Amino acid sequence: MHEMSVALAVVGQVEDAARAAGHAGVDTVTLRVGELAGVVPDSLHFCFDLACEGTIAAGARLVTERVPGRARCGGCAREWPTGLPPRLSCPGCGGAAAGLLSGRELEIAAVRWSDAPARTAAGPVRKAGAPPVQASGPSPDLAAVPPEER
Amino acid sequence: MCRTDDLRTAVLDRNDRAADALRAELAARGTVLVNLLSSPGSGKTALLEAELALAGRRGVPVAALTADLATENDANRLARSGAPVRQVLTDGLCHLETGMLRGHLDGWLPPDTRLLFVENVGNLVCPASYDLGETLRVVLASVTEGEDKPLKYPAAFGLAHLVVVTKDDIAEAVGFDRETFLANVRQVNPGVEVISTSARRGDGVGLLLDRALAAGRGGPVHRPVMATALTGHDHGHRHGRGRSLAHEEHHPHDHGQAHGHDHAHPAAEAPGAADPDGAPASAATR
Repeated sequence: MHEMSVALAVVGQVEDAARAAGHAGVDTVTLRVGELAGVVPDSLHFCFDLACEGTIAAGARLVTERVPGRARCGGCAREWPTGLPPRLSCPGCGGAAAGLLSGRELEIAAVRWSDAPARTAAGPVRKAGAPPVQASGPSPDLAAVPPEER
Repeated sequence: MCRTDDLRTAVLDRNDRAADALRAELAARGTVLVNLLSSPGSGKTALLEAELALAGRRGVPVAALTADLATENDANRLARSGAPVRQVLTDGLCHLETGMLRGHLDGWLPPDTRLLFVENVGNLVCPASYDLGETLRVVLASVTEGEDKPLKYPAAFGLAHLVVVTKDDIAEAVGFDRETFLANVRQVNPGVEVISTSARRGDGVGLLLDRALAAGRGGPVHRPVMATALTGHDHGHRHGRGRSLAHEEHHPHDHGQAHGHDHAHPAAEAPGAADPDGAPASAATR
């Protein structure tokens, strides 16, 4: 269960990016999670909400995009879906895969910033430099987010 | 009102950068880090104890750092070898990260250390995602754990440079099916070397030391398929760990995380280190 560590790392990266660009709030964080990355998206969603609390990302939603594992043969150049557990020898010639085309992703693909400050029920954000915010209702920007972006 | 930025940032980039820095620093002083991963109770400590004692007899300067959620039992056992040993208590955290490790090395690791063994927290899931700056990642499995362990924990076994079977002295008694185990290792990590050991009987003791010293001398280190990211057009190259922040347009799948640690020590980059076809798995059984 290292999803909490992963979630904290995500929030840390988002905080850095927000500070660098001067954003006040975070609406949506989109993560690409490879099938072979060893991270469980459901668990990550749970931990993400906790990790965001009291930060500029408080109230942000997490979208995870699953990336299937794909490998390519070193001998015959055939490509195949690895599945999980991964099959890393060629279903055609039996040779070892030269490597993975995809499947090990664990990256922040995109962040959708909100002009409204962090929505936090717990009071001001904890990072220095950010103006204290009072708890407030949902940002009007939320209405613009398609419902599938959970 | 909303603006979207494409960050393309490796989530574990901070750890990966710290690991790269540590690896470079250790390389500059002639130290090779060996990261040992296994389930609890698989025999990491017993094997390590034997390897440390052997290193002492051979005059090889080694040190060990052992991580557990609680107790200093492992450090006390390892210290019997005479090697410098440090216990890290993670207070419940399921894995080591480079920053934590780093803090324990400063001021403790003797300058002449050639091999630093890091006994990770007993866990085959979480430690697999964290590069610690190792040159050699070793995954151990005891004969009692079931032949399908490599399939159940593909990230751990799939990213290993060396797989060690432990407690081989009781293999027959527990009905260990070696061929099935080897086939399962091959499925997730074709070409990785598998060695068999029994710390109790002394079988295979010294192999781990030999492999670590060889890697330190710049000998070839296995390149796991799972640690090798391909682009749509090349034929496999070992690239650096995910360097994050919008520089990955051509390497969309390289995102840091645990993979890629195989480039570890500069010595491991020696020509011929990469064998794209993967050498056949060998089993040094006794």
